[in-house]
Amino acid sequence: MQNINDWLNEHGDYLYRFALARLRDPHQAEDAVQETMLAAIKGNSFEGDSTARTWLTGILKHKIIDLQRKQIREQPLSDLIDLDESDTSMDDFFDQHGHWLDKPQEWDMPDSALEQKQFLATLSKCMDKLPAKLATLFMMRDVQEIENENICKELGITTTNAWVMLYRARMGLRKCLEMNWITG
Amino acid sequence: MKAIKFMLTCKQASKLISQSLDHPLSLSGRVKLRFHLFICDACTRFNKQLGQLRTAVHRMRQDTENDSSIELPSDAKARITNTVASKYH
Repeated sequence: MQNINDWLNEHGDYLYRFALARLRDPHQAEDAVQETMLAAIKGNSFEGDSTARTWLTGILKHKIIDLQRKQIREQPLSDLIDLDESDTSMDDFFDQHGHWLDKPQEWDMPDSALEQKQFLATLSKCMDKLPAKLATLFMMRDVQEIENENICKELGITTTNAWVMLYRARMGLRKCLEMNWITG
Repeated sequence: MKAIKFMLTCKQASKLISQSLDHPLSLSGRVKLRFHLFICDACTRFNKQLGQLRTAVHRMRQDTENDSSIELPSDAKARITNTVASKYH
């Protein structure tokens, strides 16, 4: 038990921030740290080749994916995926000829630290507006940079499903950013 | 004018642009997309935006990771310690 206290005191904040940056939810981040501690004390496979922090972070990465998998499996994916060509989910973006309804604009990317902060706050709000599953998949791919193939393996979905969901997530995010962030 | 198969619509092009971030495109996909981007400003901006989006979410991740004002709350720490203790005692 002494280990747990040492680990939490020395690495708890670091692990928590690491988890929060990927799960974007304080409760989930706490769960991930807790699961990491349980696995660490149970496994006790720390050899000293790596630092305790590196070892714990390695465990945490897996625990984060476990939580994401659980989140994605809570509802059937078919709710979100309709691969039919008659798919109407993109009707907000394109007309029947496949032309943009609102053409993407040139983005005026923020320079100053303050603007940068505001931009990221807008992005964060846009992420919250995405259906939870799309946001999770987007985080796994674009933030955690897990290879598409491995995401599909972890989640038990096909690559086509993953593409469709990532496409929708990105389309939703860019549209939300364009509407809420002043463009040049 | 009848659309010929070689020409992508913006809807098709946007799908390929997104896909190219996850997987290498086929040769024919690459050629069609390159041609479309050559003639289409809107999709060229879309392509750029997806890059900007990626850069931004990376920055967001780093900001959280490096934000020393974010700490594991002490009540969370206590909960974790208790949970672990109750399972391994």
